[in-house]
Amino acid sequence: MGEEKKVTRKKIEATGTMNKYMADYFYELDRASISGDKKIAWCTSVGPAELLLSMDFLVYYPENHGALLGTSRLASEVIPNANALGFSPDICSYLTSDIGAYVKGITPLSKAFEGIESVPKPDVLVFNTNQCRDVKDWFAWYSRELNIPSLGIHTHRNPTDIDENVVNSIAIQMEDLVEPLEEISGNKFDKEEFKRVVALSRECSELWKEVLETASAHPSPFTFFDGTIHMGPAVVLRGTQQAVDYYKLLLKELKERVKNNDGAVEDEQFRLYWEGMPVWGRLRAHSELFAGLKACVLASTYCNSWIFTDFDPEDPFTSMAKAYSELFITKSDEAKEKYMKRMIDFFKIDGVIYHDAKTCPNNSNNRYGMPQRLEKETGVPSLTINGDLNDLRLISDEQTKTNVEAFIEQLEENTM
Amino acid sequence: MNVKNSKPVFVGTDVGASRTKVVVLDSEKKIIGQCVKISGTDFTSTANLCLEMSLKMANVDEKDIIKSISTGYGRKNVSFANDTITEIGCHAKGCYHYFPTAITIIDIGGQDNKIIKLDKNGKRSSFKMNRKCAAGTGAFLEEMSARLDIPLEKMDELARQSEEMVKLGSYCTVFSATEVLENIRQGKKLPDIVKGLFFSVIKRITEMDSISEKVVMTGGVVAHNPYLVNMMGKLIERDIWVPDYPQLSGAIGAALYAMEKESIRVN
Repeated sequence: MGEEKKVTRKKIEATGTMNKYMADYFYELDRASISGDKKIAWCTSVGPAELLLSMDFLVYYPENHGALLGTSRLASEVIPNANALGFSPDICSYLTSDIGAYVKGITPLSKAFEGIESVPKPDVLVFNTNQCRDVKDWFAWYSRELNIPSLGIHTHRNPTDIDENVVNSIAIQMEDLVEPLEEISGNKFDKEEFKRVVALSRECSELWKEVLETASAHPSPFTFFDGTIHMGPAVVLRGTQQAVDYYKLLLKELKERVKNNDGAVEDEQFRLYWEGMPVWGRLRAHSELFAGLKACVLASTYCNSWIFTDFDPEDPFTSMAKAYSELFITKSDEAKEKYMKRMIDFFKIDGVIYHDAKTCPNNSNNRYGMPQRLEKETGVPSLTINGDLNDLRLISDEQTKTNVEAFIEQLEENTM
Repeated sequence: MNVKNSKPVFVGTDVGASRTKVVVLDSEKKIIGQCVKISGTDFTSTANLCLEMSLKMANVDEKDIIKSISTGYGRKNVSFANDTITEIGCHAKGCYHYFPTAITIIDIGGQDNKIIKLDKNGKRSSFKMNRKCAAGTGAFLEEMSARLDIPLEKMDELARQSEEMVKLGSYCTVFSATEVLENIRQGKKLPDIVKGLFFSVIKRITEMDSISEKVVMTGGVVAHNPYLVNMMGKLIERDIWVPDYPQLSGAIGAALYAMEKESIRVN
């Protein structure tokens, strides 16, 4: 009988340090939430965090909480609570799982960090619609529920090029946040502090980029699945020294692996690119599925989305506006395809996996014919798997498995 | 007394969601044994039973099996298989054996559909499986036969009698059932409804991928409903090839893989 092979990806030594930084971050938020010593801002994951940090807010990211609800597999349990409030099962399952968990009074933070009983209470909610409209609707619910202000930036959607007009309009919206934030925080805006934070974010971005680019080595020392975990500091600690320190440590370890020819997947035969959201509740299963087939999913648009090389401390508002508008997700398919071609070429990709996430149309780039167009242009085959970021009710594990195995068979045949 | 032939054979087993199929090939790639049974709840036992029956038909012993490959949803549950290959690969191999040219394979199974494209050398250029939905699969027809209280095997005959096909618009099996009930309420004839169901199946499949090259259709639904193949031919305006044993394509492909892998090992 065909035995199921259990293969795990190689552990990264730096993980312990990351876990400590993440724990410190959540405990600090928890203390502030209880004591009220420091103001807390909730921010979308690619929102203007640098501005908030410079005004001495502690910044909490509900999308990160959404991912934790996914990895802990609590999401499917709590999504129905949000559905019952009128949020459709077809909309963002980060939103529905986060609001569902709030309504049910539970959080995966309690299990991960002893003593934390709830998510930190916000003093202000700050969004940027660069990802999708859902983030605004998500924060609007909390704004009504908790009677706190929700402020935000409305980003232009689907441009091919980010021109001066776009950047200026976003920069103005960012500057307009200063006054209400001063009022809420009780702190005066300090441009020098803002520049310092932007400089730290830039450094974090550069290091995170370098970390991800180590995957261009043969064999790759790092997988997409590692990336989804190790991007934590780039998401929640960018703009701080800890994030910079962490990525220096991680980069050193990965460079060492490259030097020693130490691949993340044993006997790497196929190099794959992941386009779309991770399936948070299946990270380990997917990692083992691919590794068992000697396929290394080594790069992704998703992990790359926290690279903001446009940050310039000398021109913080404009550069932040540019950095947060240059996101893959905000761009037209034309721009996305150019980007994908660069990635396929840079990482020497043999195949692309598109994850069609049922509740995340903005991160499901297979829906307007991109796989077919890119296959034709690059000759690199692709596979679309149907699933979701958080709602496991939308997943068929057997279908995913058969599709992935058949795709690897196809790649094998084509190398014969 | 039955004297068994002692000759090398290759076995392919396709444990599908609905049926388990076993094929025994001799070294000339000729089918000398086969068996199809409902997969049931114990895939291992069903596969064993199918193997026993097909070896009996082939008049050979288990010790004559040189190599055995399993495929299908239950491929990991086949105790006598030396290796597994996905049903995508096996259908491709099985169809290319009969039609060695660039082909688009449409397989309609009990629980899933596949569209597999092969180049002229038999290499897969792409494949698509249906999404996690019963639309367009055998399960859809099974559900409808129960709703309409007609045996599954009567559907083909009924569809052929249709004079004015009923159009069903919904993508969803449950909503389609509601539409069927509405048509019954309106007094529409049963053959017209059944033909509408067949049309719904083939429409769902043509939505999965573009159809290019020569088209080959396989699967249990195709084996038992040849009229559906005629309808597909008309819809896509091209001739459709169907192998002699459309339901066995996956198992044949698995047996051919077994033969190929053995030959690679020996050489």
